[in-house]
Amino acid sequence: MSENVDSSTAPRRIGKPASRLSALFESKQLGWGAFAIALIFPFILASNYAMNIATTAVIFVLLASGLNIVVGYCGLLDLGYIAFMAVGAYTAGIVSKAWELPVLFTVPAVLVMTVLAGLIIGAPTLRLRSDYLAIVTLGFGEIIRLTANNLTITGGPSGIYGIPGIHLFGLDLSNPVPFYYFCVVFVSLLVLGSARLGKSRLGRAWRFVREDEDAAEAMGIHTYKVKLAAYIFGAIWGGLGGMLFAAHLSAISPQSFVFLQSALVLMAVVLGGMGNTRGVVVGAVVISLLPEFLRDMGNLRYVIFGVVLILVMVLRPQGFWPARAFEPEKGDDGSDSGEDGTKRSRRDRRKLVPVNPATGEKA
Amino acid sequence: MSMLEFEDVEVFYGKIQALRGISVRVEEGEIVALLGNNGAGKTTTLSAASALVKAHSGRISFAGTDITRAKPWEVVGAGLIHVPEGRRIFSTLSVMENLQLGGYMVKDKAAIAKRLKDVFDLLPLLAQRRTQQGGTLSGGEQQMLAIGRALIAGPKMLMLDEPSMGLAPLIVAQVMEVIKEVNANGTTVLLVEQNARAALKITSRGYVIENGVTTMTGTGAELLADSRIVEAYLGA
Amino acid sequence: MTQLIWNGLFVGSFYALIALGYSMVYGIIKLLNFAHGDIYMLGAFIGFATLSSFGVIPASMSITALLIVLLLTMIITGGIGVGIERLAYRPLRNSPRLAVLITAVGASFTLEYGVSAIAGPNPKVFPVRLQGETFDVLGARISAPQIVLMVIAVLLMLGLNSYIQRTSMGRAMRAIALDPKGSLLMGINVNKVITWTFFIGSALAGAAGVMAGAYYGKIDFLMGFIIGLKAFTAAVIGGIGNIKGAMLGGLLLGLLEAFGSQWLGGEWRDVFTFAVLIAFLTLKPTGLLGERVTERV
Repeated sequence: MSENVDSSTAPRRIGKPASRLSALFESKQLGWGAFAIALIFPFILASNYAMNIATTAVIFVLLASGLNIVVGYCGLLDLGYIAFMAVGAYTAGIVSKAWELPVLFTVPAVLVMTVLAGLIIGAPTLRLRSDYLAIVTLGFGEIIRLTANNLTITGGPSGIYGIPGIHLFGLDLSNPVPFYYFCVVFVSLLVLGSARLGKSRLGRAWRFVREDEDAAEAMGIHTYKVKLAAYIFGAIWGGLGGMLFAAHLSAISPQSFVFLQSALVLMAVVLGGMGNTRGVVVGAVVISLLPEFLRDMGNLRYVIFGVVLILVMVLRPQGFWPARAFEPEKGDDGSDSGEDGTKRSRRDRRKLVPVNPATGEKA
Repeated sequence: MSMLEFEDVEVFYGKIQALRGISVRVEEGEIVALLGNNGAGKTTTLSAASALVKAHSGRISFAGTDITRAKPWEVVGAGLIHVPEGRRIFSTLSVMENLQLGGYMVKDKAAIAKRLKDVFDLLPLLAQRRTQQGGTLSGGEQQMLAIGRALIAGPKMLMLDEPSMGLAPLIVAQVMEVIKEVNANGTTVLLVEQNARAALKITSRGYVIENGVTTMTGTGAELLADSRIVEAYLGA
Repeated sequence: MTQLIWNGLFVGSFYALIALGYSMVYGIIKLLNFAHGDIYMLGAFIGFATLSSFGVIPASMSITALLIVLLLTMIITGGIGVGIERLAYRPLRNSPRLAVLITAVGASFTLEYGVSAIAGPNPKVFPVRLQGETFDVLGARISAPQIVLMVIAVLLMLGLNSYIQRTSMGRAMRAIALDPKGSLLMGINVNKVITWTFFIGSALAGAAGVMAGAYYGKIDFLMGFIIGLKAFTAAVIGGIGNIKGAMLGGLLLGLLEAFGSQWLGGEWRDVFTFAVLIAFLTLKPTGLLGERVTERV
């Protein structure tokens, strides 16, 4: 499928696509089709409102593709992903205002800060088991938001306003339609980048770690480094999304970075099929547009999201367009259905081993 | 009517077939041995009876009742107790609490009290260590605790999975003595063992399982005399 | 100083009640019930709804009314906890961890926004606000409502501890936490015990919710979110899966927060709490009373 990748070593999708719909989503044509739709869209509808929504959706796609690297490829449940976006947005805002730079010139600063954030958040959390990881990343998300709320440099509860738009090669792209196009191109490049990452050797290492971390470790993969890499890429994608967000709204405040946002990005990734870039793009568009269409329902729309999340996990955990089938883990919690006999009896023979409940490692 | 009977039982773990048609019969009052190597299917056989795994086909009956589709607690309630491989003592619970858990399904408090006394008589070391944490006991002591715990349930039959595992020969002999005494007191026993010599010393009959089927059966003496068994299982 | 200690212990007893449910569920099925904090919130709202339906309550009856509502709410929230377990967690018993966690997030969401859709997004005022005299004890101002609530909390905790340590069901819970398969062989109906555990944990969280509503006077649909994180922190401090640890952790966290806020300023309170969480997870992940969880690998 991919010309530059040696297909004998590229990750193959297991088995046949689940349905014609899934096959559709695995075709290259869809990617070009979606891009074309994105390009044509303003010719159909170009009101300020429509452009606003569309640009937000495109930025959301960027965020989702970033979280897809962390959750989808590497299996790390980051519930505080919005923190990276916040870091990017605030960095862009503060730097562009302090030094009166056009927003794009803040990219280096954004990259530095988000990588730092990825390292700081990753260092203590990546040794933890998935449950703990989830809650701690959630905690970090809150820490970032509260810190932004409390510090003066971030403008406190009112945040930062008057952030300049995008200026590129002397062109003023801060009007809605040019800005939209800029975002489409910018985001498309990054989404393609994330897809490429997924097919690379690193991407395979991520998948390996996701499936069975102990086995990956035994095969010589530095799981810690691999996970950290996922985090950092996710952080960069999120930070750049934050930068676009800041330029788009020209004002940011801590309210934009509440847990709800992290959860929505997660929903996009989950619905789209974790690891499947195209599916995630679709999921992101759906999740960002749906609240607009369901605006009349008020908070009921989020109830629906919550229920859908549960239903998807219970009925079809692979999402609607899975990247690869989920192998159910063998449960050892007393379920009376069959378990893997050979594996289990060998394990049973091992002696009692003290275990660190947070990391699952032997203490 | 036999105490425990397996008829052509098949068990699958996913796509792997662990039992390919096991047929084993234990009469009331007997001690029967189930011999075989690692992976032969001995533990799976016991697990099928105690309902830890589902039998795909075939029939398992205990004391006249069909338990093929029973739930684990129903099997325990019927009086068939599985003493698992590795003893599975609750490590941070005390010896006493472990014993009490054995009586989880027993409603009659007086019966539990009496059985506790009997178990302490049979296994005085448990009485001495009753407040100690289960995990701090030695291997042999844990095995005794596992057996004692099973007895609190007042079982009609015990299924023991490799009680000798990891134990020194002297302790193994002690454990086997206890099993013999338990049987003499009226409890039927199905004994799974890799240590064929120790098992065959106390059992009246035995089966050999290989690759999920019973390949040989006979009295203890017959099996001990059979050259194939001697080669495979009784070699130094 | 004593005021800080008292305040810390008071808030800490709430944390302890909620941390207990968290810890118990984690101990028995190794799942961090992300929606647990929202059960607390539900308790507050159910208490609110029930009390409002009583009409006007004379001040002298307020404690009695509160106790009745407490009992009712505990039963209802216990039931809701069981419902979540059956609908969202049990079907995923054999699924990858990730799926269960995401489901928990979904459950939390559903509860939060469900309540906001039904009751409206604005904070509500609790119909019973506990009033009482204040006493001066060793330099701290202590109010009668605080004493009453502390007593209720302590009684609940002691009762739970007794239950876990002395009864057959309590033993079964501890056994399942150590070895679910071995527990099946004792004849324990593991599913039933798990359900019952959820009931008790959720009932306790609901109780804390009603008491918080009665004491602080204001409830809103997101109040469970932060509390859930703090309860988790408390459970980690004490040693997750450990009942006494959850109690200790809750009280300790309350104290740490009180002193932390004093030192850094109130607006940094929650950041301080999370910093404590991360510190513990990095340096002493088994917690203070952490049983060396000898787990069958």
